[in-house]
Amino acid sequence: MSFAPPFDLLPPLLVGLGKTLQLTAGGILLCVLLALFAGLGKVSGIPPLRWLANIYVEIFRGTSALVQLFWFFFVLPFFGVSLEPMLAGILVLGLNSGAYGAEVVRGAIQAVSHGQKEAATALGFTPRQTLWRILLPQAVVSMLPPMSNVFIELLKNSALVSVISVHDLTFVAQIHRADSLRTTAIFSIVLVLYFAVAQGLSRGMSFLEKRLSRGRDLGGVKA
Amino acid sequence: MNLSLATGAQWDWAFAWEILPQLLSAMRVTVTATLLGMSLAVFGGLLLVMMRRSHIKTLSRSGYWTIEFIRGTPLLIQLYFFYYVLPEYGLQQSAMVTGVLALGLHYSSYMAEVYRAGIDAVPKGQWEAATALNFPPKRTFFTLILPQAIPPIVPASGNYLVAMFKDSVLLSTITVTEVLYTARDDIGSDRFRYLEPLTLVGVLFLIVSLISVAGIRRLERHLEKKR
Amino acid sequence: MTDSPEPFIQIRDLHKSFGDLKVLQGINLDIPAGEMVSVIGPSGSGKSTLLRVLMTLERPEQGEVLIGGEPLYSMDGEGHTTLPPKAQFRALRNRIGMVFQHFNLFPHMTVLRNVTEAPVRVLGVSRKDAKAEAMKYLDEVGLAEKADAYPAQLSGGQKQRVAIARALAMHPEIMLFDEITSALDPELVGGILALLDRLGKRKEMTMLIVTHHMNFARQSSDRVLFFDGGVILEDGKPDDIFTHPTHDRTREFLKSVLEV
Repeated sequence: MSFAPPFDLLPPLLVGLGKTLQLTAGGILLCVLLALFAGLGKVSGIPPLRWLANIYVEIFRGTSALVQLFWFFFVLPFFGVSLEPMLAGILVLGLNSGAYGAEVVRGAIQAVSHGQKEAATALGFTPRQTLWRILLPQAVVSMLPPMSNVFIELLKNSALVSVISVHDLTFVAQIHRADSLRTTAIFSIVLVLYFAVAQGLSRGMSFLEKRLSRGRDLGGVKA
Repeated sequence: MNLSLATGAQWDWAFAWEILPQLLSAMRVTVTATLLGMSLAVFGGLLLVMMRRSHIKTLSRSGYWTIEFIRGTPLLIQLYFFYYVLPEYGLQQSAMVTGVLALGLHYSSYMAEVYRAGIDAVPKGQWEAATALNFPPKRTFFTLILPQAIPPIVPASGNYLVAMFKDSVLLSTITVTEVLYTARDDIGSDRFRYLEPLTLVGVLFLIVSLISVAGIRRLERHLEKKR
Repeated sequence: MTDSPEPFIQIRDLHKSFGDLKVLQGINLDIPAGEMVSVIGPSGSGKSTLLRVLMTLERPEQGEVLIGGEPLYSMDGEGHTTLPPKAQFRALRNRIGMVFQHFNLFPHMTVLRNVTEAPVRVLGVSRKDAKAEAMKYLDEVGLAEKADAYPAQLSGGQKQRVAIARALAMHPEIMLFDEITSALDPELVGGILALLDRLGKRKEMTMLIVTHHMNFARQSSDRVLFFDGGVILEDGKPDDIFTHPTHDRTREFLKSVLEV
């Protein structure tokens, strides 16, 4: 047990943090795309699209992220597809969170009042125009708070990628734990770093939410 | 990315049948860890939410930050923290106990939010009515508010039970021989075949999740109708 | 009834139910172009449902509707309602406009955008022209100075005026007004009714107005329909219906609403 000041540990940990941020950013990008596609698929009028979206969402929500990661990393090579750890990590993080995000997108679209759809029909908008110009712009703001939670889960799941040897924050912490035996200091710093990123993410998302809802009343009826 | 299309993977049914009993038996460890972890979380969450609702500012504020901190950091790191740090202070337990503690702590923060949402959903008029009837605050909370808060709490807890079940595979990283450890470290690296064990684990989880989620949805509808 | 060669709206034996509840039970109705028709009756009698069926927000199970001689709904061999080909259906629907009880303005668009969006996207009008026209209609409903406001910044009465301007901007030949004053504070109702009266006097559109305001129905409309139990029980000139209704149900209804 040692209580030496942990400043010397910061540089390597910050390098790991950089990797963690890359993983998170890549995962979020993929997550948003998949959430949008699958969420729209779930409310689509075309049955095969709906089935496809449902199968994707159920599979990735029904199994754990770590199992998915192992499957992508250890099983895919059997099929001749070897992914670099970093790529496998981003793929799994995005696919896993995208399934949760799809539910957020679906919920937000369905939460837009029915009257909006009727007004659009009465004005002659096509179903596609109604979705993209009337429903989605209103749904986006109500998507942000639950999406923020999905992103934070993604950030937390990114730690799992260390077990397939991506040199992220968790991986670096494990290495230095074994080297320096300053376990308490290392894991405390790591916890604080993850927490800081999570707080940053959630603050950023609420800022975005405030910006987007400025001047507009998206609740429907004015109080 | 390495694309080598040489190996033609073949699903081996005989192998799959051979390892299934071993996986199912390891699933018992997974289920045990989940149930124990959830029992901890049910109480831990209640403790945290009572801290948060406390009239003592420092207590409610530390409750808030505890919840935020536990929810804002990875379960894996919390697991490592318990596994590697606690023994340094003389708190040595088995990997299984460490795992259950970490699961319980992590999900306490989620359960606290579940309780909070349930309590907030009880109409304000109920508190006011209790005050008008001169109920002491503690009595009000335990005999009037909590029973009304439970219907929405039950299905939400169910969802977190399923989530914890899926997260319990993280215990494999600290050598608990639950189902994923068995699939990857016992079977996979021994036999050099990951396809069947890992796919079977995925399928087992999928089956349990789908059934549980369908059950929770039915329960939810049942509770809604009773209102 | 006016004597015109062919009624603009023809409705034949229209039926609509929600589950076991039969809301429209055989509606037959001819409306000549430019007529202003008030629809009155107890709640749940099917007034709003008729409007919603005409706007194609609900599909009838049975019956026919012709707009200007073209079928919006027609009957197949087995007695079920069928729709015309998509393009024709859409073109026909674009000749009909509707104003709702709860306004249904698009909260994420400014007032001006609310009025111009459909002309631009649906009719293909240029943004510049759409804007000029929108300002004309906003001026007409007395809200030109609110063009850049968002719906949340308007009062209920102002919202409903914008909704009317938005519907007018599509140049509908038929306008459906579904209890458009029901969600408004009493002091705002008069202005909206006066606006309706002005629109009706011009005879540019055929108007169907579901309303609870008996004075308005009597004084402003060309014709009054009394709905009860999913059928039209009474159909005639306002004065005739209000002074000597032919059915006891009409008498009872008028007595109950006029007493209040």
